[in-house]
Parts: sequence; C-alpha cells; structure tokens
Amino acid sequence: MIRAGGPSPSPRGRRAGPIRLPRRAPSSTPTRAKTEEKASADASSRTGADAEVQFEAVIGIETHVQLNCRTKAFCRCAAVYGDEPNTHCCPTCMGYPGTYPVLSEAVVRKAVQLGLGLNARVRRRSKFDRKQYFYPDLPKGYQISQFDEPIAEGGYIDVVIPVEDGGGVRRIGITRAHVEEDAGKLTHYPAKGDTPGYALADYNRAGVALVEIVSEPDMRTGREVAAYGAELRRLVRYLDVGDGNLSEGSMRCDVNVSVRPVGREAFGTKVEVKNMNSFNAMSRAIDFEIDRQTALIRAGKGDEIVQETRTWDEGRQCTVSMRKKEGLADYRYFPEPDLPPLVFDEAFVEKCASAMPELPGAIRARYADLGLPPADVQVLVEDKELVEYFDAALAAGAPAKQCANWLTGDVMAWLKNAKDVAVSSMPLSATQLAEFCTLIEDGVISGKIGKDILPDLLEGKEGNKSVGDIVEERGLKQISDPKEIEAIVDRVLEANPGQLEQYRGGKDKLKGFFVGAVLRESGGRANPALSNEILMRKLNEGR
Amino acid sequence: MNAGKLSDVRFAHWKKKSQETRIFGAWKKFSARDVRRCCDATACQTNLSVIRKVGLDIREGRTTAQDVTRAYLAKIRQTDEKVGSFITTQADNAIAQAISIDEKICRGEDPGILTGVAFAIKDNICSSDSFTTAGSRLLEVHQSPHDSLVVSAIKAEGGIILGKTNLDEFGMGSTTENSAFGVTSNPWDMRRIPGGSSGGSASAVALKQCAAALGSDTGGSIRQPASFCGVVGLKPTYGLLSRHGLVAYASSFDTIGPVTTSVEDSAIVLTALCSRHNQLDSTLHHTNSSRFHDHLKNLEHFASKPLSGYRFAIIKETIGLGVQHDVVQRVLEAATKIERLGAAVDFVSCPTFHLGLPAYYILALSEASSNLSRYDCIRLGGKTSRDEGFGAEVKRRILMGSFALSAGHSDAYYERAQEVQRMVEAELACKLQEYDAFILPAAPSPAYLKSEKMNDPLAMYSGDMMTVNVNLSGLPAIVVRGGHVENDGTLLPVGLQIVGRPFRERALLEIAHAYELCTWDEIKF
Ligand SMILES: [Zn+2]
Repeated sequence: MIRAGGPSPSPRGRRAGPIRLPRRAPSSTPTRAKTEEKASADASSRTGADAEVQFEAVIGIETHVQLNCRTKAFCRCAAVYGDEPNTHCCPTCMGYPGTYPVLSEAVVRKAVQLGLGLNARVRRRSKFDRKQYFYPDLPKGYQISQFDEPIAEGGYIDVVIPVEDGGGVRRIGITRAHVEEDAGKLTHYPAKGDTPGYALADYNRAGVALVEIVSEPDMRTGREVAAYGAELRRLVRYLDVGDGNLSEGSMRCDVNVSVRPVGREAFGTKVEVKNMNSFNAMSRAIDFEIDRQTALIRAGKGDEIVQETRTWDEGRQCTVSMRKKEGLADYRYFPEPDLPPLVFDEAFVEKCASAMPELPGAIRARYADLGLPPADVQVLVEDKELVEYFDAALAAGAPAKQCANWLTGDVMAWLKNAKDVAVSSMPLSATQLAEFCTLIEDGVISGKIGKDILPDLLEGKEGNKSVGDIVEERGLKQISDPKEIEAIVDRVLEANPGQLEQYRGGKDKLKGFFVGAVLRESGGRANPALSNEILMRKLNEGR
Repeated sequence: MNAGKLSDVRFAHWKKKSQETRIFGAWKKFSARDVRRCCDATACQTNLSVIRKVGLDIREGRTTAQDVTRAYLAKIRQTDEKVGSFITTQADNAIAQAISIDEKICRGEDPGILTGVAFAIKDNICSSDSFTTAGSRLLEVHQSPHDSLVVSAIKAEGGIILGKTNLDEFGMGSTTENSAFGVTSNPWDMRRIPGGSSGGSASAVALKQCAAALGSDTGGSIRQPASFCGVVGLKPTYGLLSRHGLVAYASSFDTIGPVTTSVEDSAIVLTALCSRHNQLDSTLHHTNSSRFHDHLKNLEHFASKPLSGYRFAIIKETIGLGVQHDVVQRVLEAATKIERLGAAVDFVSCPTFHLGLPAYYILALSEASSNLSRYDCIRLGGKTSRDEGFGAEVKRRILMGSFALSAGHSDAYYERAQEVQRMVEAELACKLQEYDAFILPAAPSPAYLKSEKMNDPLAMYSGDMMTVNVNLSGLPAIVVRGGHVENDGTLLPVGLQIVGRPFRERALLEIAHAYELCTWDEIKF
C-alpha cells in the first residue's frame, strides 16, 4: 500500500499492496472451513478456506453531487431542499407533452469547474443522452444524462490518509464526471396489517443538476473510502459548486466493494453499498462489507456473494441486502435529441478555470512550505472559511506557525463552544489575531497573558481596538528588562527567606515554587526565559 | 386537471357514428364543387394570398375580423360533420379574439401581419385555451398550461384560433385514420383519406374551414396531406421554428410548418412564426428572423422568365419504380413548366435515396419510444393504462423503437440507421451545392381509399419514401399544386415537392411562388 510519502506515480495506479484481512478473527475455524471447502467443490470457492491466503478489497465509488445552482438543470424551477413537497415543479420538469429542456449555463460552468478541480480532461465536445427506465420518480420515463461523451474524463484527487492508517497522501484516479438530472424523491410507507402500502412522490428534486463522479477502483479500506469522500466534499465546497451534505442527500456515495485474493488480477463479485449518511458510517459500512465478503470466501461460501445493492443499517451496524441485480439493466441509451451537443472553446474553459479558487491540495502544499505541522494544516484546510481567515491573518503579518497554533487551538475551541458563530462573523478580526500573534512571537506579551486576554478578544469586548493598545492599557506588556526582573526576583527571595534557606540546603524541588512566585509577583508579565535565567542565577549564588 | 370553461364543440363522439353513413350521397358532389369554388374565387387575381386580402379588407373597413371569423365558424358547422377536420373548435374564444382585433383596428393600432386570419391548429401543438389531445385517447382531457411558441406568435400577430385539427395519434401515421377521434375524409373524394398525419389541417384548408393552418412534419406529415388535398404545405428547415409546445414524436425530425392555400400565405405565416424567437431556445438552430414574404411579387411584376438562373434537379430514383405513372407525369410536366420559366432542369441520381426510408423509421421510432414513455397514465388525466390509452399503431411503433434501441440490437439498427442518415444527408447536401432545388413528387400516389393500407403498415410506411429523406437531412421543402389525376371519374390533386437549401426558405418560397403564379391557369383545380 502506498501510504507514506508522495502520491503514487500513476494516477490510475491500481498496484496497491495487500491489506491484512480480516482485522477480526474469521468466524469459522480453519479446520471447519476446510471440510466445508471439500464438501463444496464449487469453482467460486476455489480460493476459500486457506487461512494463509490474504485477501484484499477493491473499492470504487460513484458519487452524485448536487450542484448548488439557483435553478434546476433544464427549467427555471428553484432548486431548493426541504420545502413543501411538489412546490417547485413546472410542466418541463414534470415532463408534460410539448415541453423541452433548456440547459442552464450555471450548470455547465460548475460542472466544468468540478471537472478541472478533479484534474480531469474537460472534453471540448460532449453530448447528452437519455437513460431510459420506468420508475415513478422519473417524470419523463428517462433521465437526461451523459453516456459515452461525459463532460470530463481521466482525472485524480490526492487524498490525505488518516494518521491511524499510516498517514501520507494517496492518489485516487477519477474515471469520469458527467452531468445528469436528479430524480424525484419517493417515500415508501409499507403495508400495515390490512392497510396496503403506498409511496408518496415529491418532485421538487426532479431535474436538479447532478454531477456523477466515478472513481477508479483504487481504494482498499473503509477509511480510505471515507478520506476520499471527505476530500471530494472539500473540493465541492471550495469550488462552491455544491453543499456536499450527506444527510440531506446533496452528496450521495454508492460504493462498489469486491474482495479477491492478493495477487489475483480478476475482480471478485461486486456489491454496491448505499445509504451512508456520514463519512464515519461509510468507513464502518465498507469495513463491515469487506469482512462479510472475506468471511464468506474463507468459509467456502464465496458463491453467496452476489451482485446486489446493500444498504447500511446504522442501528444494527451492518449492511442489509436491498435488491439483487438480475443481469445488467438495459437503459437503452441514445443521444438526447432535444439538446444540442456541448461544445466549449478554450476561452470558455479558461474563463471557468480563472474563476476557480485555490483548492485544498494547493493550500496544503503552501502551508507545508510555511512549516506548519501536518495536523494544523489538516484542521485549517477542512474549512474554506478558516483558510480565508488564516490567509487574511497572514496577509496582516501574522507569524504563520504561531498563528496556526492559536487558530487551530484556542480559537477553534471557542468556536466549537459558541454555537452559531461562523469563522467569518467571529468578533476577533484576522488583523487582531495577526497582531496578537505578533505580540507573542516578539515577546511583547507572554503566551500566558495571551491565553488570558484571548477570550475578551473573541467575544469582541474590546471592539476593533488594536491588541497592542489593549495590552498597553491593561499594563500587560511582558517585562523583558533584566534589571526590572532582577528587582522582582530580589523581592521574591527577600519575602521567602525560609524557602530560600531550604533550597540552598539542597531541596531542588522548591525551584518550581520560586518560578511561580516570580510569575505572580510580575503579574504574569515577566518574560519566562529571562526570569528563569535570572532566578536560577540568584538562587544558586549562595549555594 | 380542471379543463376550465370551454364552450367548444367536441366532435369526437358523434363523428364516429355519422361518418360512414354520410360519406356517399349528396355531400360528395358538394365537396368537389365546393373545393373548386374556393380556388376559383382567387384564380383571376394576380396574387393568391388569402391572408393579404383578409388583412386589407379588415384594415380598410370592408369587413371585420368578427364577420370573417363567424363566416369560417359557420363553414365549419356546415361541413365538419362530414369531413371531420377538427377534434375541437373554440368558437367563443375565436370570437373574443376577433373582437379584440376589431377594437385594435378602431383604435388605429396594427394587430399584426396575421390580422384577422382564421387558423386551425394541428392538435399536437399545445394551446392553453383548448384541449391538446395529439389524437390520443390518453390525452383526451389534457389541457396544456401554456401556448406553444408558434400559437403565441399567431395570437401576437393578430391571428385567430378556430380550433384543433385531427391527426394520426401523436403524428404516427400517413392517413389520419389512426386518431382516437375519428377518421378525416379527403374533401376531394370522401371515400379517400386526406393523408397524414396533418390530415385535419390539410382538409380544413382545402375546404376553406380556415384561412390557414399549422401542421407538423416528422416524415412528410405536412407535405403528403398537402399533396393529397391540393393545398400548399411548407416544412421549414429543422431548427428554424421553435418546437416548444409541439408534442414530441421524433425530436430529431419534428418540424412545425404552415398549411395554406398559396405560397405567399405560407411565407407570411412563416414570417409570423419566426417573429417571437428566443435566443436561449435549444430547439432552434438559427435565430435570425427574417421577412419571407416581402420580396414576393405579384404576377404583373414578374419578368418574362422569373426563374432564369436557377438550376433544378430531378432525382431519378423518385420517378422510377414504386411511383404511380400519372404522378411521375405531373412532375415531368412541372419540370417542363419550370424550364419555360427560365430555369435549367437536370436529372441526377442519388443512390442512397432508397436507404432513407428504413433508416428514418428506425430512428424516428426509437425516439418515439422514448418520447412517449412519459405518458404514465397517472398524470395528465385520461386513461388508466398505456394499453388502454394508446392506439394500435402507436403501440406498434413503441415496440419497434424499443427493440431498435435494446442492448445487442442497437448497433445493428439504431447505429446503422444513424450512418445511413449521414450518408443521405451528405449526398443531398453535395447535390445542393450544384443545384438550387430538387423537384420530386410529394408521395408516390394521389390520395388512396380509406382502410386501404390500415392492415398493411409497411405499405403505408413506403408511402413516405418521397418525404423522409428530406427529414433525415433537415432540409426545407414545400409542396405546391402540381396538377391532378383522374381516378374513377374523380379529380384528385397531385402535389409537386420542391426541396431547397438549409435555412434558405426565402429562395425556396420565391421559386415556389413564381411557379405557382405562372402555372395557375394551367392547373385546372
Ligand atoms: Zn421545472
């Protein structure tokens, strides 16, 4: 597994190494499994039972990202989440006779930007196709999608692997990204006793623009899947092309999992896992599915793994079969005759590119160059607003490491407590934070004093006043004049003759007492290094 | 859905009963005389435009839009029980529109270039003040929430909508027999079909139940009925007119166009239809609106050889096997007349010509199977199942189209048909670099008897061989009167089809106009 170090040399690199599986003990003992294998000489269990065989999972993800355009893709209905059902519908998105789609320009722009963000090749000519199937959530009986000429192909994203998994960066290949329209939302009410079941349809979502991003089968563990999903969401949010909200369904991941013995080329039977509404759940669901499939193979029941869609049951923490796939569905794709092909000139793509913000990968590299610790970088990059805030502080002259440390530490902790306060609307301005950090960096105030006054700054008690003025007013400036500190040390020693006697008598432990006393005497303002040095000299003078 | 207050007469139900018994008898004679009288009225003039005359009469106070409208409505009441052009009429709405036009005239305002022109609209073109059934039981009570773009353009230019005309269900047919609302008869011979699918519009224009009509042409659905009914039918270039509001049959070929009594009227209606186009409309491939009728001259202003400099081609494959002898004769005679008007006429060969028909049917039915999948019988009122709602021909076409797109078959059918389409298109485009226009029959025969091809769909499909290649290539084409043939003692009109260069409707109309005016005396209608 390429974990530590740089990205893998090939964006499509599938030559990832094995993972030791299962993490838990297999459910059946090797001996029992062996007899079972003998019993079923089935070809599908040929790899079974041998406990020595190592298995690896092959995982690819299809992600649907709802674009946050003002309108739906092909009509003027508002694309909003959570309104009264069927309040954002019109003849066009309801597929009335005589209606035709009109493609929204914003959809194209955002899709192109997303394609560029995925480091993919944006096709200069792509077209729309109809994917046909009858289902009540699909008003026209077909979905406008892109089949063989997607808007973008062949990209990658670099995913930061969690430290628990060895850290580092892994490059995940992107097969393609294409534009399509969302379907309506069905809510099923199962039969209860004599009352037959029914379903309600809400078409507010029908026709909302989606980009489907298909990854290469480059992932091997649940945590990698979660890291990929999180990075994709970061990208979507940075580009401001979508909300990337898993629980509201504005980002939906269908994960294809198969397991094969290490070293074998052919993929195992693919199972699709759906319905995970957090990355955490995704990680657990995929690991569960890998364990389930591995255990089946080990138990010689490899043929019980079938092509199916399984859904993650959060309550029971397991995947449950939703529907079996009987052969390949025939969607009878053909070119959408109601929409002309999309043809882009260089200028359009460049215009889209130039409107793109700096993306997480580039920001990470920039912050690493500033010498920030990886943990701080990861916390900062998680939130676009935080990055903007931090960059504003840097622009105002903040010392990078000091500032990242305060921002990811005390400031974030305060934000977490103060609910409903966004980074951008925080009373502490980036300029103030920059000045605050500079004062500490330059030794004008001590870190201790910093911690004391920061809450006031965060709560905006001092308004827009410069931090320097506040420190001045409150007399909190660090004392760095050796003479002044010497005087303080002298006062402390004079006031504690007993302890001084004991220390000089060999009781080293009392050193801490004197350090604390000096700090108190100075009102916390004494430069710690300097006062320590002077204190030690004075204490040891009489030894 | 609430249909609102509609005082319309819906002919659907009684039509079925009355039709068969009244086809023969007195009406038959009346029909032929009546049709001929319509044409006689304008034969002596140097222009044939009904629209121009009506507009002028209303503007100059000789008549009112209300009177004109009432006269047409009376004509419909008198004749439609027998001929069955209309599915729905909207008398009250029409009168109201006429009153508002008369008021504008009184105020000294110009109601537009279609002032007082009474229109019949093919019932697959949506209008908000009436039902839009597309000839299907499934949409029996469907009322569109919006006017189609072409209907709103007609209203905005002072036109009056009298009603919605009969058609083959969803435009799928060439006889107007596949309608859920009865069969339309050919006004020239009530035993015969008017052609299709725009049969209702063509018969309404031929019978002067309206001044002009809109049809739609996917594989010849304007041109073939125009030929069968002896009227002028224009299929503009694909993408010249917005399809918004046209109930889709095969999106790649669907084209709206005018059915009129003269070429000049066709040009005026086309100008009006182009006047309200929106840049963002993706059904348009061309958004320069132009005036197609301004340069059309009256007969007395023609040069002695008005078509000199033009080069025409007769496609050999269109006057050979499978085309009725008299029809070929009319085309050749027309060619002679065109030569007399100063043009050069050559024979050319298009080897791909015969490939067009099967390719067209595969592509059109594939798209149709998809376009019709929206009719789920849950919304839009009407029937409870597709099986109950769709007619036999529609079901046949959905099945064939679905098959052609299925995995394992689409490469043999759909994709090969696409290749053929490209070949046909390339060949015609190549020839059109050398020639200004093709002349060819609009159909291999004149109007045939009802039920003749009902049980032989392939025979009906092959009747489209003269028109589908034009749809495959998106070219503009117009059908004008080419003469007539005598059949069992009945005169039947035969149309002449002229195919022009893409988006050169101006030139095409100029040619057709010159031909029409200069041959009017010879074509004994
Ligand atoms: Zn809508």
